[in-house]
Amino acid sequence: MRRITAAVTAAGAALAIQAGAAQAQGTLRIGMTAADIPKTHGQPDQGFEGNRFTGIPMYDGLTQWDLSSADKPSVLLPALATEWAVSDADKTKWVFKLRPGVKFHDGSAFNADAVVWNVEKVLKQDAVHFDASQVGVTASRMPTLRSARKIDDLTVELTTAQPDSFLPINLTNLFMASPAHWQKKFDAVPASVADPKERAKQAWVAFAADASGTGPFKMERFVPRERLELVKNAGYYDAKRVPKLDRLVLLPMPEPNARTAALLSGQVDWVEAPAPDALPQIRQRGFTVTANAQPHVWPWQFSFADGSPWLDKRVRQAANLCVDRPGMKQLLGGMMEPAVGTVPPGHPWWGNPSFQIKYDPAAARALMEAAGFSKAKPLTVKVQTSASGSGQMQPLPMNEFMQQNLADCHFKVEIDVIEWNTLFTNWRKGAKDESARGANAINVTFAAMDPFFAMARFLDSKMAPPTSNNWGFFNNPEFDKMVADARVAFDGKDRDAALAKLHARAVDEAVFLWVAHDVGPRAMTAKVKGYVQPKSWFIDLTTVSMQ
Amino acid sequence: MLIYLIRRLIFVLPIALAVGVVCFSLVHIAPGDPLVSILPPDAPQTLVEQMRKSYGFDQPMPVQFGIWLGKVVTGDLGTSIATSRPVAGEIGKAVGNTLLLAMVATLIGFFFGCLFGFVAGYFRDSVIDRIAVTVSILGVSVPHYWLGMVLVICFSVLLPWLPATGAGPGSSADWRWDWEHMRHLILPAITMSVIPMGIITRTVRALVGDILSQEFVDALRAKGLTDGGIFRHVVKNAAPTALAVMGLQLGYLLGGSILIETVFSWPGTGFLLNSAIFQRDLPLLQGTILVLAMFFVAVNLVVDVVQTALDPRIKRG
Repeated sequence: MRRITAAVTAAGAALAIQAGAAQAQGTLRIGMTAADIPKTHGQPDQGFEGNRFTGIPMYDGLTQWDLSSADKPSVLLPALATEWAVSDADKTKWVFKLRPGVKFHDGSAFNADAVVWNVEKVLKQDAVHFDASQVGVTASRMPTLRSARKIDDLTVELTTAQPDSFLPINLTNLFMASPAHWQKKFDAVPASVADPKERAKQAWVAFAADASGTGPFKMERFVPRERLELVKNAGYYDAKRVPKLDRLVLLPMPEPNARTAALLSGQVDWVEAPAPDALPQIRQRGFTVTANAQPHVWPWQFSFADGSPWLDKRVRQAANLCVDRPGMKQLLGGMMEPAVGTVPPGHPWWGNPSFQIKYDPAAARALMEAAGFSKAKPLTVKVQTSASGSGQMQPLPMNEFMQQNLADCHFKVEIDVIEWNTLFTNWRKGAKDESARGANAINVTFAAMDPFFAMARFLDSKMAPPTSNNWGFFNNPEFDKMVADARVAFDGKDRDAALAKLHARAVDEAVFLWVAHDVGPRAMTAKVKGYVQPKSWFIDLTTVSMQ
Repeated sequence: MLIYLIRRLIFVLPIALAVGVVCFSLVHIAPGDPLVSILPPDAPQTLVEQMRKSYGFDQPMPVQFGIWLGKVVTGDLGTSIATSRPVAGEIGKAVGNTLLLAMVATLIGFFFGCLFGFVAGYFRDSVIDRIAVTVSILGVSVPHYWLGMVLVICFSVLLPWLPATGAGPGSSADWRWDWEHMRHLILPAITMSVIPMGIITRTVRALVGDILSQEFVDALRAKGLTDGGIFRHVVKNAAPTALAVMGLQLGYLLGGSILIETVFSWPGTGFLLNSAIFQRDLPLLQGTILVLAMFFVAVNLVVDVVQTALDPRIKRG
């Protein structure tokens, strides 16, 4: 028996050593939550996880987010553009000065022609390289951009449909792919494919399998649905951001327990969103769990349609005062930050709201009683949510927790649980649509990095369905004017001040029931060094090394 | 035999058409927007309409079905909305991976299922029989995704012997029959084999019991055949049914298991289906379902033909 035990132990040890030996020096292996490698042609899908892993590492935009600090809000920085300004004469024209000497991974030069080409890939339908599959994830993230024009090799003019100070922020989503490399792929399409559109489509598929951007990492190996291997771009234009890693391996692992097991068994060095129940075990086994508040909001978005109980401001404020956010944080094992607005206090857009969101059930009950409700006569509200979904955190336990909280403040909450993609689709249809099934609040989380996505699309009456995500048909001329003012505040400080005013009024009016900010939990081995988790959806992988 | 084969092949055509109608209808009836994977929720309505048109979703459903069916018969399953890659290529790679996993799992299941089944049937009501029956009931009853997770916890996390996920140290694209790759196959194949093992055990046990009670066995004994000789006759008589059950099980396994392949990040058809469902990637979803359904039809056809060859009574019937 002892011999058998010894043999089994020795075999196990040998296998473990073998597994360790397979890992090269300076190689970081990451288990992503996506079920497929996010698109690699320059405009990633799979939400912001795509931008995080196949956007920012492989490509650059004209502008970028500052991802260097874990404490300060992530602000906008120059990237492939060194400076920009809106025209004094025509506020729809912007001039961007480009960084000289930047090369794509294939060796071709980055210049104004490349910028025009990249704008046209999603906006000019008759361009040879126009790609409909990239339009969705790009055009909607820079909704006012209309065209680009070369002024000289290092200067371009961008035109917007209307004066829009948000443009430089939107441009973080437009990544620059190499026109020369794409042309090679296009020329290599067999001559038997005569239709130019089909040729372009095949060229994009080939480009995605052998991509070329200007980013700090270059593509080396791509196996769809299985792995993407990136290597250091030693010639990256910003010497401070040349990666410390030799190689980055990205593996899709959509199942949280599988990701966690892969980490615990040493198959990967880092996992995104580990299984929440496994966090104590992960920590106990010497792994690091990191988290930081993200520009993400987990809310109830109210209906302002006729007959909605949320038309009464006292009811909206009462709901905001009745949720025990610290208690919910405990429920989630610490993996959330309480939300008291769309952005947290200290953010440039916070403003100074007079209504303080906190847990005060007595004040909430007083407001509800003033509005005509009581324990004997509770107000019935219905929220539509999903059982899971990107950014939804743990919607069922969180909503049930809120249901209990709100019951103490004369609310009777009905929860309508539907499938995530259906909920997402319903979000665009609005509270008046039959898809709402009588719900007067919807629980869909959103990103809040950009003023349009954080506020404008919810608070501007023109953004009501089917145009955008003003699901509840919020309609207040004062807010429409504040959104318009922010759009034409072209100086950075003026724009922040206008957005702060808008945000403060939104909190005072309790336009949402703000509940939580996600904290982007990830777990990694102690060998991972130099990692900074900024207050962002994104990370800078160039600072990371393996010991 | 040839006529039988032709007749069976003709039956396949209406089945294939029915499968096509059902899989197209099901994926289109399901709620949700097929453009959800390429359009964010904040996309302007004009853009939504533009995309709907460029992907042909603005056409009436019968027209969409006609266009799809026309392409399918020429071998073109369309292009994935989410990845822009041809669906046929995506399915081809995934089917290869699932086939590998399903074959190994079926072999394990068939070997142990027959072993337990014959032994249990031959030694009916003995301790061996009870153990075999218990194992088979467990095999059929245990949720295999749960078993997969338990195996991962035991053999990947607590005892770091076998990898928890993936189809090789690199990827399935460079699969080789060496230990470095085969060790990735062990846990998912074992997990996948428990259901066919349980079903085959129970089927074979019942068959053996039934055959042993027939008069020809008494005749064989009377002729003086040894236990080994009788056992050989029992095996020959039970083989067609056991084979048919194995074929059906292989058909099920070829469909891939969404749960097992997701738990082990095994890049097969189940993993592909999971991704297609969550991304509402209709061309990929209907292409995958169609191919898997046709696989099932093909496996049944092959089993029927083999069974007929083994058992002339079927041909005569």
